[in-house]
Amino acid sequence: MWSSLPSFVAVYPEILLVVVASIMALADRWVKLKDVFAWITIATSVIALIMVFAVEGAVFGNSYAADTYGLFFKMIFLLALIMVTLVSPGYNRMVGIHFGEYYALLMFAVTGMMLMASSKDLILLFLGLELMSLSVYVLAALLYSDLRSLEGAMKYFLLGAFSSAFLLLAITFLYGLTGTTYIDVIAKKVFYPGLADNTALLLSAALFVVAFGFKVALVPFHMWSPDAYEGAPTSVTAFMAVGPKAAGFAAMGRVFIEALYNARVDWVEYLIPLALVTMFVGAILAVVQTNIKRLLAYSSITHAGYAVLGIIAASREGMAATMLYLFLYLFMTIGAFSVVTLFRQKDFLGEEITDYQGLSKTHPWVALVMLIFLFSLVGIPPTAGFIGKFFVFKAAYEAGHHLLVIGAVLASAIAAYPYLRIVMLMYMKEPEKDLAVNVTPYVFAGLIISVVGVLILGVYPEPVINFARTCCAGLIP
Amino acid sequence: MIPVSWFVVLTLFLFSIGALGFIVRRNVIIMLICIEIMLNAVNISLVAFGRALEHTVAHVLVFFVIAVAAAEAAIGLALVVLLFKKTREVHMDEFRLLKG
Repeated sequence: MWSSLPSFVAVYPEILLVVVASIMALADRWVKLKDVFAWITIATSVIALIMVFAVEGAVFGNSYAADTYGLFFKMIFLLALIMVTLVSPGYNRMVGIHFGEYYALLMFAVTGMMLMASSKDLILLFLGLELMSLSVYVLAALLYSDLRSLEGAMKYFLLGAFSSAFLLLAITFLYGLTGTTYIDVIAKKVFYPGLADNTALLLSAALFVVAFGFKVALVPFHMWSPDAYEGAPTSVTAFMAVGPKAAGFAAMGRVFIEALYNARVDWVEYLIPLALVTMFVGAILAVVQTNIKRLLAYSSITHAGYAVLGIIAASREGMAATMLYLFLYLFMTIGAFSVVTLFRQKDFLGEEITDYQGLSKTHPWVALVMLIFLFSLVGIPPTAGFIGKFFVFKAAYEAGHHLLVIGAVLASAIAAYPYLRIVMLMYMKEPEKDLAVNVTPYVFAGLIISVVGVLILGVYPEPVINFARTCCAGLIP
Repeated sequence: MIPVSWFVVLTLFLFSIGALGFIVRRNVIIMLICIEIMLNAVNISLVAFGRALEHTVAHVLVFFVIAVAAAEAAIGLALVVLLFKKTREVHMDEFRLLKG
């Protein structure tokens, strides 16, 4: 009797996350010590991380596949969850949003991302994207007593919902053309010059570009991101800058590289101008920002522009470079946002760039840690940021997009200025006021993980890039 | 039988109305309704494709879309209510604390 039940082993990690998250959301009422939720979240993510490496196979009629491509992205999502959880207790207690539902929503969002990364069916991709987005909209609005948080969340929500309608239309067109929503079958049916010459297919690809452009914040679909990043609680901003972005790239890999690989000439044409504009606009607008969260938001826009280069390369090496980029980006971005959370007091935001003036005199260690993350965001060697850029630029160059790579290098020269301005303020100015720093053991551990990640992966990225290469081997025929 | 292409044209027409309304109108509730129009425009196509191809997949997807739209509406309206309580305002142009 039992043998007739399908095996759900491949989705055990997701099931675990959903069950634990639901229990936490319910148990919040009776648990007085809210740190317990952080411990449970970290323990659950570590268990899920181990399980992700252990399980494989396809379930739900092959619409979900726990393959190596999904595995790499799930590793990114779960690491992001662990590191954001480490940031959360100190910061969230300070701003008054430290409760079980917060961690539950984080876990629901990560579940959605994991479903996206492993989906072999566009329906599941859509549902995973919605699960992720809906959870993150709520997270962004958690500080609802502050009007900025509400306004940012509202803008994020409106444009997010708008973009999911585009995604749905793209899926519908692809379904109407190929008669299926399975990514494998679509990949077989779309071939040049058969379907790839088709106007409806081109429209569908363009709609996918728009939808994912909103999710990973490519210019001109980036308008929501600085506002949402500034308004959201900083711990949530750290999560938003890494998780949904990596998930968007995971979905792009599934749709563009796996399903529409044979129509690559066409969607590459759409992505190239977007990538160029994204890198330049992100870099130039970051220069004029005075709020560090907005600055990091524009920085994350620029970084999305670099990461797209790997997708544009449309090769195994390119996809591996994008995956490596997102993995390295995780450490430096969450690290930088963790430093931003340290300065938050009850009645003091600590988000202005001028607040960092003379930090090296008052808090030399915090300044040093911030310096490492900023150097990594600029892309100065021996940090991880350099390695990430090197591999995506190399992949795009090898694919023949020479001018694009020259543009990317120019953009990264402009993008260096805003970060170095903060470094200048920290190290070459006298302190104006004495800042209090709110360091909990959790955020301390999180910072150590990020610093070690940035520095070690900066000098020894071999294992990760090789792992990324083997992971995306199954994606490209 | 009505050809599928007619439904596709209807879909594109409704979808454009929704997208245009979303961009032109600044009232948050109207913007939510415009998103709803866009999603339902897609549903028309899905049902038409499903019927033409004699698949049930498309019909199942329509139900998923309806469920997701309901969840989205719940969150969107919750945000609108919170904003209205604070500012007595539902026009996007009036929210200018953030520069974007």
